[in-house]
Amino acid sequence: MKYLFLLYGGPIPDAGTAEARKLFEAWSTANEAMAAAGVLISCGPLQPPESTTTVRVRGGQTLLTDGPAAEIKEQFGGYTLVECANLDEALKWAAAVPTASDGVVEVRPVIAVATPD
Amino acid sequence: MAVITRLAGGDLEIAEDAVQDACAAALAQWPSSGIPASPRAWLVSVARHKLLDRIRRESRRAVKESAAMAGGVHAAGQHAVVAESGGDPLTAADDQLGLVFMCCHPALDPAVRVALTLRSVCGLSTGQIAAGFLVPEATMAQRLVRAKRKIRQAGIPMLVPSGPELGGRLSSVLRVIYLVFTEGHMATGGSQLVRGDLCDEAIRLARVITELLPDEPEATGLLALLLLTDARRAARTDASGGLVLLADQDRSRWDAAMIAEGGRLVEQALRLRQPGPYQLHAAIAACHGEAGSAVDTDWRQIVALYDELLRFEPTAVVAANRAAAVAMADGPEAGLAILAELGSDTAMARWPQLHVATAELLRRAGDADAALAAYREALRLGLADAQRAFVERRIRALSPEPAD
Repeated sequence: MKYLFLLYGGPIPDAGTAEARKLFEAWSTANEAMAAAGVLISCGPLQPPESTTTVRVRGGQTLLTDGPAAEIKEQFGGYTLVECANLDEALKWAAAVPTASDGVVEVRPVIAVATPD
Repeated sequence: MAVITRLAGGDLEIAEDAVQDACAAALAQWPSSGIPASPRAWLVSVARHKLLDRIRRESRRAVKESAAMAGGVHAAGQHAVVAESGGDPLTAADDQLGLVFMCCHPALDPAVRVALTLRSVCGLSTGQIAAGFLVPEATMAQRLVRAKRKIRQAGIPMLVPSGPELGGRLSSVLRVIYLVFTEGHMATGGSQLVRGDLCDEAIRLARVITELLPDEPEATGLLALLLLTDARRAARTDASGGLVLLADQDRSRWDAAMIAEGGRLVEQALRLRQPGPYQLHAAIAACHGEAGSAVDTDWRQIVALYDELLRFEPTAVVAANRAAAVAMADGPEAGLAILAELGSDTAMARWPQLHVATAELLRRAGDADAALAAYREALRLGLADAQRAFVERRIRALSPEPAD
């Protein structure tokens, strides 16, 4: 069963700072552990919310908007996709993701669909 | 039910349907064919067939439907594999334990865990559970459906966790069993029969847990607590169903065998030297159980146990109970001083039980006027039926003229 970890946290520190290096190491450790256990499918930190483009198709017209709708303290900042036997296993890995310690991680089951190759 | 749920890959909805089909088949066949030698095995076997039929139907349907639209349709292949391996009666106890851990999973809303356990593990009807929680049956049905859907969609497993997770998960299970028991013991709703059933069911579940996890002192402590409390069931109400306080209970009506077993279990748990709230509550109940009367009770020991309990459970209930024990050990004034301090908090002052406790001590101290005022304040703040009747009796006994 696939689970998506939706990661909500504070802003990502600037590249090159000690804080950024520390965060990178924490992520590497968590991802290596998940990869070694064979559960990690993919993982994607996101550029800041300002870089977002919102897409809506209404009445055949594509409407584009700059940025996300609302300003919130904890922003959606990335995701991790894992394949686990059940929720207990997924929750264990979600707790090991660095964001769980300073932000929140939502664990959401993914519906299995056939994707074209 | 637990066996069939495992065969259904943890899907409570289809498991329930299969069990219901099997019971319907039994009602149709048993009157003419006679009751089979092992009714349980018969039911499990029929329910298993119904389940496999259902899975075959679902897998045919799933092929027809677009996978993206199906959403909640289960991996039919996976079900069939699990189903073929099932049916071993030796695993029945493990299945039941797995089912309990699934229904008490922390990913479920705490409020629905008790209801789901009552429905799926204890086999109560949705109507009975709704009556117990004082909500319309449709509301309860909806809550249960939502919980079962979450179990299926999120992949909550029907497993007993191992390693470091067990501790936290076990405490959620013990909490649910305790709430099932208090629901029966305090009876916020439902008929007399259902209440006793709930106490029995909670004790049965606690036994299942302690048999499979004998080294968990809090599980043993909970079983002891339930036995020691339930031992007083017959003496707790009078002929008219009114509440009888511990001090006034006819101790010859206490169940001596249950008290003895509970006492043994408390000692066994405390020997593991990992004290916890259930063990301490049980130890307090054991002190009462061993005493011939309220006066003969070792109140100093009980106060010491409450002191320890406050470290784990710094709640108003524990503090008020400790005050009552202090009053027994050192006189009502000592208890009243503690209650007065608790009542200086405005939120606490709105808690009716605090006023009942205060009134009881004032009555014993001989201050009838102040006791009456405290009883009336408790009534004003609202009490459950049995306790309201008790307080009204006290008011009548203390009033210079009839209260009504």
